[in-house]
Amino acid sequence: MSRLLLNKRFALSGLLLLVLVLPLITSNAYMIRILILTFIWTIAVYGLNLLAGYTGYLSLAHAGFFALGAYTLAILTVTVGLSYWLAFILTLVFTSIVGALIGMIALRTREHFFAIYTLCVGYIIYLIIYNWEGMTGGVRGFIGIPSPGSIGPLEFNSQISNYYLVLFFLVLTIVVIYRIVHSLQGRTFMAIRNSEDLAKTIGISTTKNKLIAFILSTFFAGLAGALFASFTRFIGPEISNITMTFDFLVYLLIGGIGTLSGPVIGTFIIVWISQELQFLQDYRMLVFGPILVILIIFAPRGISGFIIDWNLKRKAKKQQIESMKDMENNQEVKEG
Amino acid sequence: MLLETVNLTKKFGGLTAVDDVSFSVEKGKINAIIGPNGAGKSTFFNLVSGYYPPTSGQVFFKGEEITRLPSNKIARLGIARTFQTTNLFERATVLDNIIVGNRLRTQSNLWDAILRTPRLKREEQKCLDKAYEVLDFVNLTNHAHSVVENLTQEEKKRVAFALALATEPELVFLDEPAAGVNPDETEGLAELMKKMVDHGITVCLIEHKMQMIMSIAENIMVLNFGKKIAEGTPEDIMNDEEVIKAYLGGERHAEVK
Ligand SMILES: Nc1ncnc2c1ncn2[C@@H]1O[C@H](COP(=O)(O)OP(=O)(O)OP(=O)(O)O)[C@@H](O)[C@H]1O
Ligand SMILES: [Mg+2]
Repeated sequence: MSRLLLNKRFALSGLLLLVLVLPLITSNAYMIRILILTFIWTIAVYGLNLLAGYTGYLSLAHAGFFALGAYTLAILTVTVGLSYWLAFILTLVFTSIVGALIGMIALRTREHFFAIYTLCVGYIIYLIIYNWEGMTGGVRGFIGIPSPGSIGPLEFNSQISNYYLVLFFLVLTIVVIYRIVHSLQGRTFMAIRNSEDLAKTIGISTTKNKLIAFILSTFFAGLAGALFASFTRFIGPEISNITMTFDFLVYLLIGGIGTLSGPVIGTFIIVWISQELQFLQDYRMLVFGPILVILIIFAPRGISGFIIDWNLKRKAKKQQIESMKDMENNQEVKEG
Repeated sequence: MLLETVNLTKKFGGLTAVDDVSFSVEKGKINAIIGPNGAGKSTFFNLVSGYYPPTSGQVFFKGEEITRLPSNKIARLGIARTFQTTNLFERATVLDNIIVGNRLRTQSNLWDAILRTPRLKREEQKCLDKAYEVLDFVNLTNHAHSVVENLTQEEKKRVAFALALATEPELVFLDEPAAGVNPDETEGLAELMKKMVDHGITVCLIEHKMQMIMSIAENIMVLNFGKKIAEGTPEDIMNDEEVIKAYLGGERHAEVK
């Protein structure tokens, strides 16, 4: 047990060190760009995981909130002309408030009705972005979004500085999610996922806690969207499309829904495979489709869940063998 | 009396599942509700625990009206319940299932979780202590780290008891706690209910196992087609004409033996 923990710690530190020094050892700008985007997707997927994975409510409006964050930042910085970090904070507040309002209505439904309802919400956000040309640029998109403003001596004009900025937010996201999941609050979410009826009878306000999970998920979607907008500096309505939500969902399912490392593992693996298979263009889906189907059948909790279950089984087996040995020893003592 | 219902009625469309039932749960005793299948026993539990609102009538707990309170608020007042079918989180350990049971007695919120405040740490310890305390109470300490799906039916029932007790209730409603459990083990569960009463927790249970009811319950209500047809001590119930006619029927002699 402790050795496992130690190994985990070791692996984590190694991984963190690797991503920290990566820009220093490679000058491949394309690779850095892909990594930055992967970090951003991962943040969004963590938000989805908190709601769908830990609380049991599958929202299909996630790309909508991602786009809401991106466009809000664009409008506040360019159209309104606020300073970058003020706009950034207001963006997070705004997406969370919209999340709260939508969550209050959406959470009156359950299961597939919730999925359908949020699907519609996502589509409405898409339609608004697409059609409100005066504000969003419509189908032409929104151009000229500024890079993150400097904080004291820290400037974020170069790609590498953006890499570290986004990495900072990713690590922050992981720490916050880790703390939430490993707290009474996280246990409360999981109690709701397990059985809402049981959760209520042990005194948990399901209405309040579901709303908290929903707002958190929109907060992280908004954060990812804001980072995306200021990194790419150009956004179009397609980022609010349902296909984007499905991308997030695929990352989450493959990595492991309801697990802490799932979002990172899933997003990195899928982005990496897509890069490798780029020559196949849209036929890539012919590869992903079967992989996804096989995974859902044999490892419903994704790669991460598969490893966790495998470890648990191994531990249980070890315990069994040990207790059997104990029994044999006891018998020997008795007989002797 | 601890809990009282006044003319409690629940209609599902044309069906009256609970029909004008006035009943008092007596403090410090084992109370029981019996009746044939579909008599409205579980529905009665669902009404008093706030699972759904009654069509008419009232519920009082310690003299205060709780008729339309949501179930999470009722739990906070000190009323716990178990379900007819245990709906524990099967893939998690016993301990993980129980810890959250004391959540309603804690204050820490999202910010405490994110900032890891002393309050959160203190309350997490409190929940853990409570979990071990109730596991000890139901004699499952050695199964604290077992995964629920590997437990026997009887052990799962004990876990459900423990979870209910972790909410620090004054009154527990147990819906068929001994269903699907063999006679030897039923004895153990009956002992456990007596132990709850000894510790000042009032018990109200639904049960089909007549022998068990007659030996442990002190106050019994009989429901039939949603209506209360009798109430009283086991003696009273066994000698009640209407009960014999409606419920025990010709089997009376066999049952009393
Ligand atoms: N949510 C519901 N909607 C419609 N009808 C219901 C509902 N819940 C219960 N009923 C009906 O109400 C009647 C009483 O059901 P209830 O579950 O209370 O019976 P019970 O006494 O607990 O029976 P059992 O001993 O089989 O558990 C039944 O006819 C049942 O079909
Ligand atoms: Mg029932």
